[in-house]
Amino acid sequence: MAIERVGSKVFKFYVPLAAYLAFLLFPFYWMVNTVFKSNSELYNMDLNPFYVHSPTLGNIVSLFTETIFLKWMANTFIVALSATLISLVTSLLAAYAIQRLQFKTSGPTGVAIFLGYLVPQTILFIPLAHIIFKIKLWDSLWALILTYPTFLIPFCTWLLMGYFKSIPKEMEECAMIDGASRIKIFRKIILPLCMPGVLSAGIFCFTLSWNEYLYALAFISSTAKKTVPIGLVTELVRGDVYHWGALMAGALCASVPVALVYSFFVEHYVAGMTGALKE
Amino acid sequence: MAEVRLENVCKHFDDVVAVDNFNMSIKDKEFVVLVGPSGCGKTTTLRMIAGLESITSGDVYIGDNLINKLPAKDRNIAMVFQNYALYPHMTVFDNMAFSLEMRKRPKDEIKQRVQEAAEILGIEPLLSRKPKQLSGGQRQRVAVGRAIVRKPGVFLFDEPLSNLDAKLRVQTRLELKKLHERLATTAVYVTHDQIEAMTMGDRIVVMRDGLIQQIGSPLELYDTPANRFVAGFIGSPAMNFFDARLNDTGDTTSLQAGGVRIDLPAETSKLLADYTQDQIVAGIRPEDLIVATEHTPGKTIQGTVEVVEPIGNETYVDFNAGSFSLIAAVGRKARIKTHSNLVVEPSVANLHLFDAASEKAIR
Repeated sequence: MAIERVGSKVFKFYVPLAAYLAFLLFPFYWMVNTVFKSNSELYNMDLNPFYVHSPTLGNIVSLFTETIFLKWMANTFIVALSATLISLVTSLLAAYAIQRLQFKTSGPTGVAIFLGYLVPQTILFIPLAHIIFKIKLWDSLWALILTYPTFLIPFCTWLLMGYFKSIPKEMEECAMIDGASRIKIFRKIILPLCMPGVLSAGIFCFTLSWNEYLYALAFISSTAKKTVPIGLVTELVRGDVYHWGALMAGALCASVPVALVYSFFVEHYVAGMTGALKE
Repeated sequence: MAEVRLENVCKHFDDVVAVDNFNMSIKDKEFVVLVGPSGCGKTTTLRMIAGLESITSGDVYIGDNLINKLPAKDRNIAMVFQNYALYPHMTVFDNMAFSLEMRKRPKDEIKQRVQEAAEILGIEPLLSRKPKQLSGGQRQRVAVGRAIVRKPGVFLFDEPLSNLDAKLRVQTRLELKKLHERLATTAVYVTHDQIEAMTMGDRIVVMRDGLIQQIGSPLELYDTPANRFVAGFIGSPAMNFFDARLNDTGDTTSLQAGGVRIDLPAETSKLLADYTQDQIVAGIRPEDLIVATEHTPGKTIQGTVEVVEPIGNETYVDFNAGSFSLIAAVGRKARIKTHSNLVVEPSVANLHLFDAASEKAIR
């Protein structure tokens, strides 16, 4: 009986899970695999492609010596962090105002922000490019720092609105009677209570900005100002020659910070996405 | 000195009138209970006193100060909420100290006053805990503690006991009453539970649909309700009502309801002499129906027992008197069986008569 149950759990749970994991992790495995192969091994069809026969660090060395990868990393970091901060501050204030200040147009404002989120980036970048050009931010990191919030703020605002909604109004009213101003209430009561929400919104913003491709491709042209996704693709694909080893090394290095961020905050992230303030 | 005065206070939410022309003067140190069914405007009234809801028209005074436009924090009040509204990320101590910290009191004073309040409520061992580590009753105490720490001029309670189980509610009710005696501070208490209102209030305000129905001491409301609503709302089990016709036979007046006739005493008859309607609503409390041995037309009511509810100290008997049903409280000793015949004599001195149309008491 017990054995039967264990067996059924293996088939219903662990086997599908393993298959799913294998499917999900295979690209990462392929990436790591490629990084440590020399070009001659990479293109040799007689060798088993799933295994590294003579590991080499050549690809990583060439990534760091032949391109300005570190500069790209720094650019990406500056852009992602600034865009995240701008978006978080704006969304926090917007979400709080829409949810709690109850001005006449608070409902429509919320909907309008959501509609903004529905406009695809691929359409939005044409007018944005025009604006960026007009205000002379073309080919500068500011172009990215200021345009990323256009797609980050709507999502964060909605996430945080749901969060604020789960905080009982009486708590604020009580604080109001206790003598706290709106700002104090926000800082001492609301913010600590919705930290999981703020964290997940932050992680969301950071990873989205970190991986952003379209705006970076459209608004940046000089090599020294590129972000990692653009830098790798434009500088390591020369003509129709793909420098697979270096490309994969770049991808690997660029995914490390994101993986770290996620692993540190994964619990908050899940709590934040499922919302609700649990007493 | 914290007397609270409401003058012609109205509250409208768009087209809905939540509170209509509320007039009352609450004396210093008085415990006033606002009671009524949900949606009657009692909580809205409390929130207007607290400053959490704007006042559409009328004036609210605390002491001699007009406070209509004063922000909540400057009204010298403290409020206990139904869901307690404790700050979940702070310890009990920090919860209680919050209002004093906001007012920038010195650290020593805060510590001493929190300690004092905790002692009064017996929650000293809980000071370092977080709200989620407390039971419902403990949370309720902390919420009260947070209010008394400030020594406000007026306490506002918004159904503070409704989240507790029945036994704890009775116990806490008593403690709150004692606390009020000890602190001698004006209190306004909102509840939908008439027993809570009766046991706690120096005076009770019964509200319905935004209108005050009656203001009075608990026994005033019980003995001389101003209208049918108050008569039915106060008291448990509720007062019995039945429609009756007035029969004027010269010197005596009697009530006729189906086959039941009740002769009214001379005093009541005199009262009804000028009354022109012949339809009336009569009300009698269950304990004013006294079991009799023999049926005397004009004096007693007889009927068939439908349900017997022994609750220990009393037994309630629901019986059918023909065109209407009545509940009588017959004491614990009475041995009454279902489907048996029951004769009761209404104590006519305690009969309540209401106008059928306006539902106002006829006095």
